Amino acid sequence: MDQLAFVINTLLPALWGGFVVTLGLIALTAPFGVLIGAAVAVGRVYGSRPVQFLARAYVTFFKGTPLLLLLFILYFGLPSIGISLSPFVASVLGFIFCNSAYDSEYIRGSIRSIKEGQFTAGLALGMARGQVIRHVILPQALRRSIPGLVNEFVYLIKYSSLAYMVTVVELTGAGKMIATRYFTYNETFLVVGLVYLSLVTVTTIGAHLLERRVAIPV
Amino acid sequence: MTTDDTILRVEGLAKSFGTTEVLKEISFTVRKGETKVFIGPSGTGKSTLLRCINQLIIPDAGHVYLHGEEVTHAGARINHFRSKIGMVFQNFNLFDHMTAVRNVEIALMKVKGMKEDEAREKALFELRRVGMEDRADHYPAQLSGGQAQRVSIARALAMDPDVMLFDEPTSALDPELTGEVLEVIRGLARAGMTMLIVTHEMRFALSIADELLFMEHGTILERGAPGDLATSPTFERTRQFAGRFADL
Amino acid sequence: MDLAAILISWFPFLVTGIIATLGLVLAALGIGFVIGLPAAIGQVYGSRPVAFLINIYIWFFRGLPLLVLLFLFYFGIFPLLGLGWVSPFLVGALVLGLHGGAYQAEIFRGALLSIGEGQMTAARSLGMSRSQAIRHVILPQALLIALPGWSNEYPTVLTDTSVCYAIGVAELLTRASVIVSTEYIAMPIYLACAGIYLVLNYVGIKGLHILEKRVSVPGFETGSD
Repeated sequence: MDQLAFVINTLLPALWGGFVVTLGLIALTAPFGVLIGAAVAVGRVYGSRPVQFLARAYVTFFKGTPLLLLLFILYFGLPSIGISLSPFVASVLGFIFCNSAYDSEYIRGSIRSIKEGQFTAGLALGMARGQVIRHVILPQALRRSIPGLVNEFVYLIKYSSLAYMVTVVELTGAGKMIATRYFTYNETFLVVGLVYLSLVTVTTIGAHLLERRVAIPV
Repeated sequence: MTTDDTILRVEGLAKSFGTTEVLKEISFTVRKGETKVFIGPSGTGKSTLLRCINQLIIPDAGHVYLHGEEVTHAGARINHFRSKIGMVFQNFNLFDHMTAVRNVEIALMKVKGMKEDEAREKALFELRRVGMEDRADHYPAQLSGGQAQRVSIARALAMDPDVMLFDEPTSALDPELTGEVLEVIRGLARAGMTMLIVTHEMRFALSIADELLFMEHGTILERGAPGDLATSPTFERTRQFAGRFADL
Repeated sequence: MDLAAILISWFPFLVTGIIATLGLVLAALGIGFVIGLPAAIGQVYGSRPVAFLINIYIWFFRGLPLLVLLFLFYFGIFPLLGLGWVSPFLVGALVLGLHGGAYQAEIFRGALLSIGEGQMTAARSLGMSRSQAIRHVILPQALLIALPGWSNEYPTVLTDTSVCYAIGVAELLTRASVIVSTEYIAMPIYLACAGIYLVLNYVGIKGLHILEKRVSVPGFETGSD
C-alpha cells in the first residue's frame, strides 16, 4: 500500500523533528506553569488586597484572552516596543502565561479545601505565615491539585500546536508542511493526531502512577 | 507587679464579635506549675480566651504578659511568644501530610532552627513522653483520635513552652479514648507544667485543677480551689452547672 | 497616528469579525449540545457497541488538538468528500461543534451518572418505560445539574474560535490581524482585540449566571463556583 509506505518512509521521519520541538515546548512550559500558578494562587488566597487584585487580574486576563492572540502579541506585537523574541521563546512564554493561569485556579481551590485548623496550628507553634504556607499548606494543596494539573497538562500538549501559527515548526507544523508538499492531508493529519493521542494517553497513565507515589493515607 | 514565679498575666481582656460581647474584662494570673481549669456552658468565650492569649484572635482590649513581657501588640515578635506558648486544639490539627514524628519536629527545625537530627531526637523523646514513640512513622489518618491528640500534645511540648493551653482536648474524642489523653495531661501537671485547660470533663477538672474558673456570658462568674467552691456564695449557679455532670 | 480614529474607522470591519466569532460560539455550543447530550445518553444507557462507538468519538475529538482537527477537516476530509467548496466558516463551525460535543458529552455524562438510581426505580415502578423515565425524570434533572459545568464551556469555546484563524475564517482575530498588517500598528490593536474578547467573556458569563438563577429549583444543588 502506497500510503503505508509513505507513512513509514517519508512521514514519520519528517515528523520526528517537529515532535522533538513539541516535547521541548511542553517540557519548558509545564514546570514554570505550576510554579507561577502556585505563586499566583498563594497571592490570591493569602496576599494583601493589592496583591490579590493583581493575581485576580492576571488570571482573568490570561484565561479570557485567546492563546493564539497572546502568541501574536508576544511575537508580532512586542517588536513594536523594542522586544524581539524568537518564535520558540514567544510560544513558551505565551504557554506559561496561559498554563499558569489555569493551574493557579486548581491550586487555589485545593488551598481553600485545606482545613483552617492546619494553618492555625502552624501559627500556634510560632511559625511565620510564610513558613506555614510553605511547609504545611502548599505540600498538601499541590498533592490535591494533581488531577487538575494533569488535566491542564493535557491541554498544554494540545495547544502546543498553536506555536506553528507563529512559525515554530513543531509537530503540527511539520505535518502541515509534509501534507502540503505531498498532498496527503488526511494521512498526515491522522498520523499527527495519533501522536498527540499517544502523548495524552502516556500522560494519563503517568499521572496515575504519580498520584500513587505521592499518596498519603487520608 | 511581677513576682518571680508569675508565668502569665492576663489583664482586662475583652472581645466582641459584631454586637456580641464574647469576653468582658477577663483578668487573672498564672504562677509557675499552676493548673487553671476553665469550665462553663458552651459558647461562653472560653476558647476565645485561650486564642486571645496567643493572639490567634486579637482582643479588642486588655493585655497579656508572658514572664512580664507584653504579648499583646507584640508585632513581629508574636511568633517568638507563640513558640513559648503551647496550644492543643479540640480537633488536634495535626499536619495531615506529615508523619507523627515530622509533625513534632517541623517547628523545631523551622521556628527554633534546630538541625534535622537534633530535632528528630527531641521529637522522638517527646513522643515517648506521651507514649506514641512506636507510631512515629504513622500519618494522622492512621491514628485513632486519642493517639492523634497525644501526638499533638507532644508537638506542643517539643517547643519547651512556658505554659500549655488546652482547648477542650477531649471533646472530639470517643469516650473510651479520652482516658489516655487525660492521663498524659495529668502527667504533665505532676511534672510541674503550667497549664490552662478548657474542658467539659468535670471529674477531670476537679481532680487536676489548682484553681477552677467558672465562666458564663464572657465573665468569670466565680473562681476558687475545687474544695472552696462548695462554700462560696455564688455556689448555686456553679452547682447548677456542675451538678449536671458527675459528683461534686 | 490617531489610534482612536483608526479604531473607529475600522470598527465596522471588526464588528463583522465579532459577529462571525459569536456565530462560531453558537455553532459550537449548539451543535455541541445536539451531539453531546445524545452521546452522553448513549454512553450511560446505550448498548455496549453503541457506548463503545461513542467513546471512540469522544476519545478522538478530545485527544486531537483543535488546530489539527481544523487542518484535517478543511484540507483533508472535506475535499475528500468532494466538499472542498464549503466555506471555512462552515467547516470551522462543524469542527467546533464536533469538538465541543465531545466535551459536552463528558459533562452530561457526569450529570447523568450523579442522579441516584432511586429516581429511575421510582419512575419504572410507576409504569414508565425506560425512555419515558429518561425523558421526563432523568434528563430534566441532569440538565439542571450540568448547567454550571456547561456554562464553563462558554469561555473555552469563545477562545477556541480564534484558532479558526488558521483556516482563514473571518472571525475577530483574523480581522484584527488584517488591521495590524494594514496599519502597521500592532500592540494597541491586539490589546483592543483582547479587550473585546474579555468583554464578550464577561457578558456571556453574566448572562449564563442569570440563566442559571432563572432555572434553578429550590433545594436542588446547582451552585457554581
